[in-house]
Amino acid sequence: MDYTATQKPNMHMGNSSMDGTDGSQLFEDTSGVAAGPQAGYSNQQAGLQAAGFSGQSLLSDPMSNLAMAYGSSLASQGREMVDKNLDRFIPISKLKYYFAVDTVYVGKKLGLLVFPYMHENWEVSYQQDTPVAPRFDVNAPDLYIPAMAFITYILVAGLALGTQNKFSPELLGVQASSALVWLIMEVLAVLLSLYLVTVNTDLTTIDLLAFSGYKYVGMIVGVVSGLLFGRPAYYLSLLWCCAAIFVFMIRTLRLKLLSEAAAEGRQVRGSRNQLRMYLTMSIAGAQPLFMFWLTYHLIR
Amino acid sequence: MAFTLYSLIQTAILCTNAVAVLHEERFLSKFGWGVDQGVGGFGDDPGVKAQILTLIRSVRTVMRVPLIIVNTVCIVLLLLFG
Repeated sequence: MDYTATQKPNMHMGNSSMDGTDGSQLFEDTSGVAAGPQAGYSNQQAGLQAAGFSGQSLLSDPMSNLAMAYGSSLASQGREMVDKNLDRFIPISKLKYYFAVDTVYVGKKLGLLVFPYMHENWEVSYQQDTPVAPRFDVNAPDLYIPAMAFITYILVAGLALGTQNKFSPELLGVQASSALVWLIMEVLAVLLSLYLVTVNTDLTTIDLLAFSGYKYVGMIVGVVSGLLFGRPAYYLSLLWCCAAIFVFMIRTLRLKLLSEAAAEGRQVRGSRNQLRMYLTMSIAGAQPLFMFWLTYHLIR
Repeated sequence: MAFTLYSLIQTAILCTNAVAVLHEERFLSKFGWGVDQGVGGFGDDPGVKAQILTLIRSVRTVMRVPLIIVNTVCIVLLLLFG
């Protein structure tokens, strides 16, 4: 049943990706011009000509024109060098995949994070060995929601501390660095445990970062409802979001970490599968702990 | 629990130092974690203990020289700036 369900999205993805110029186009061109690249070049030429005209009117001196041309060529060379070196350390093209989202995807994913109980098919559909961009598949991990949720959490934490008359601008920085450190430690711990259990999975580090960042959505919901309606509302909403994140993580990680047979629900013997199941359970169980640890001091 | 990035760097340096000072002959062999007891099966399932031993050995081999440099820098900075 799972195989037929995934084949249909594959065919659909193949058709829809043919709309772009090539398969690697992640972002739609919404500049409103019919020919996108052409408009870009003509804008650039018009800009250069305008700069050239203003330069001529200011200083009609060939030496300054020469200096301006030399300076601009130096600047573009420097930018090329920075781009090349930066791409070696931070894979910018891979990061772009995680930010290729649209409003529909964000809405569906937020709903899934708070209420994952009705969702049937949790598999990520692939397109010729690479995962489909998040805007086409609601199961694919992205970095937009975790990044926005992290920043929103810091702001909401500042607001909550303000209601306790404990706010100061340095405190925002302290909250931010503290939450960032916990996130990094959690990702490192998950990486270490994945290495120790020798799971052959295609989960990248950025995937783990995305999964660890999804709990900030639940934390924000809990803190905001606690600010609006008091402590009982905080505990209730945090409990609901903890259960939701637990189920979400288990259902997502089950397909990635466990072997095929165990993921389909059949009983598989063997200590390795048992170890993998414990690993999935502990990763999912750590999320509610972190959610409570990082928010309980905000609601007094 | 106000952690900063600086405390994360401190933790990383301390943990790496701790792994680097585990001596093979004098200490690990007594627990059955020495060089000869690590690599057992050549199948596709090394097991948790073999993975830990490989990790310890590789950290000690790779991080020996950088740790010397980093520790020297830390000592000089702490002496100068407290």
